[in-house]
Amino acid sequence: MDGLDARVRWISAGGWVRNSVTTFGALSWSGFRRYSTYRQATIAGAFTNTVFGFLRCYVLLAVVAGAGGSAPGGYRPDQLATFVWVGQGLLTVVALWGWTELSDRIRSGDITADLLRPVHPVIGFLAPDLGRAGHAMLFRFLPPLAVGALFFDLYVPGRPCTIPLFALSILFATVGSLAIRYLVNATAYWLHDARGPMTLWTLSSGVLAGLSFPLRFLPDWLAITLWIATPFPGLLQTPLDVLIERDPPPRQLALVALQAVWATSLLVLAVLVQRRAERRLVAHCG
Amino acid sequence: MNAKTKELLGAYLALLRGQVHSLTSYRASFAVELFSNLGGTTLDVLTVLVVFRATRSVAGFSLIEGLLMVSLSSLGFAMADFAVGNIDRLKNYVRTGTMDAVLVRPLAALPQLLLMDLPLRKALRLVVSGAVLVVALRSNDIVWTPSRVVLLVLAPVAGAVFFSSIFVLSASLTFWWIDSGELGSSFTYGGRDFTAYPVPVYAGWFRAVFAYAMGFGFVAYQPALALLGRADPLGLPSWAGFLSPLVAVVAAFFAAVVWRAGIRHYRSTGS
Repeated sequence: MDGLDARVRWISAGGWVRNSVTTFGALSWSGFRRYSTYRQATIAGAFTNTVFGFLRCYVLLAVVAGAGGSAPGGYRPDQLATFVWVGQGLLTVVALWGWTELSDRIRSGDITADLLRPVHPVIGFLAPDLGRAGHAMLFRFLPPLAVGALFFDLYVPGRPCTIPLFALSILFATVGSLAIRYLVNATAYWLHDARGPMTLWTLSSGVLAGLSFPLRFLPDWLAITLWIATPFPGLLQTPLDVLIERDPPPRQLALVALQAVWATSLLVLAVLVQRRAERRLVAHCG
Repeated sequence: MNAKTKELLGAYLALLRGQVHSLTSYRASFAVELFSNLGGTTLDVLTVLVVFRATRSVAGFSLIEGLLMVSLSSLGFAMADFAVGNIDRLKNYVRTGTMDAVLVRPLAALPQLLLMDLPLRKALRLVVSGAVLVVALRSNDIVWTPSRVVLLVLAPVAGAVFFSSIFVLSASLTFWWIDSGELGSSFTYGGRDFTAYPVPVYAGWFRAVFAYAMGFGFVAYQPALALLGRADPLGLPSWAGFLSPLVAVVAAFFAAVVWRAGIRHYRSTGS
């Protein structure tokens, strides 16, 4: 054991805060290391993102070309190209699809082992997920972006505050996404099989988060409703709009703040659902 | 029918019955999945509508012409996905060793794999795609000739055969590269997305590879042009739309060859 396990080092005199930070850091690092072992899958995934980057980029550029001078959704061609390529990279960072770990553990019963750990299950999944996202930033975000920059004119952000705000926005998007995935997976506590909710989530998230098309292509009232009433735009559309500077700085800031509100509330909801589920789990097994 | 064929059919039927039995045991789950699949196809079509709504024309094509292409593509894809879409689970079977069990049985591998998880939940997709095709056909001003009626029947079937071949080809990758992960979806789902829009949308080598070298241009775009009686802005003659069955047969041939080679190449993962 070289200190990479999930135990809180209670022997140290570091105090509660330091111990929590150490544990969180160790868990995150374990997530990073886990994904860095899937090298071939990483290459295959980056290739797939790149193919879809070409497909979507050409379609959106054709939309601009066909609009005859007006800017669809208020975007210029280079902004749309950046929207697509960065979107393909971010897709894996926020991990919209394919995360069934919690529901698998619930179905197999392994979740009971997680409950014995001195770390709350939500934190126990959040920390490694941030490590995973860090790995994806390096190995899944950059390759499609590099290919996109090679073949298309991309938008270079001009304001100094854009990049830090973009980074913050990605963080909120990842946390928000994990919270939703947690909630979707947690339906397995009640349904035993989360396949149905999972399919529903996979289908709706792509369209509602802005992966299939920028949400601003929709009528204004619908786009605004989606933004405020649902967490989906905060998963992709907001970070992308921040990066390509679609809005003036105050509105950018407001959108990121909205993301933060959604991410926090969803995380709290995940904790509450987990508490209800544990009560049910005891009743179920006992 | 001799005794041996009867025995074989009986074995396949048993696999099928197992599937139907599992559906009737998990009814709520099945209903949710059926509904989700319905939503999925609807969303695909809605995406195309939104994209066309944001502009006047896409690569010189109007919304209703685009609708004809997306409906031909989605009907072909839905049929293929219904029939052989499950083959993309092959990578899991290979990784976990289930494939060994499949191969030791005295039945052909491909039909077994297809029957191991019959996606009855995908059935509603066919209905949606078919309905969209009817709407597209009615809203476009098509001059019906006998050859166009034949093409209307042939095109979705050819599309289905073509997409099925792509499914099998992508899945076969896993025999050589176990961790190929999502790579196959670049061509299955990527191919579906490619065929949902007119080919002139794309450009350069990317268009050359997908539309002509791999043949995706003949799934929906060329048949739609032939149905509409429109000249191809990219210069292919009007009979190119009638090539779609031929392209599908060639693709199926390739898929069969690669699949056989893959099965022969397969070495158990030992797990």
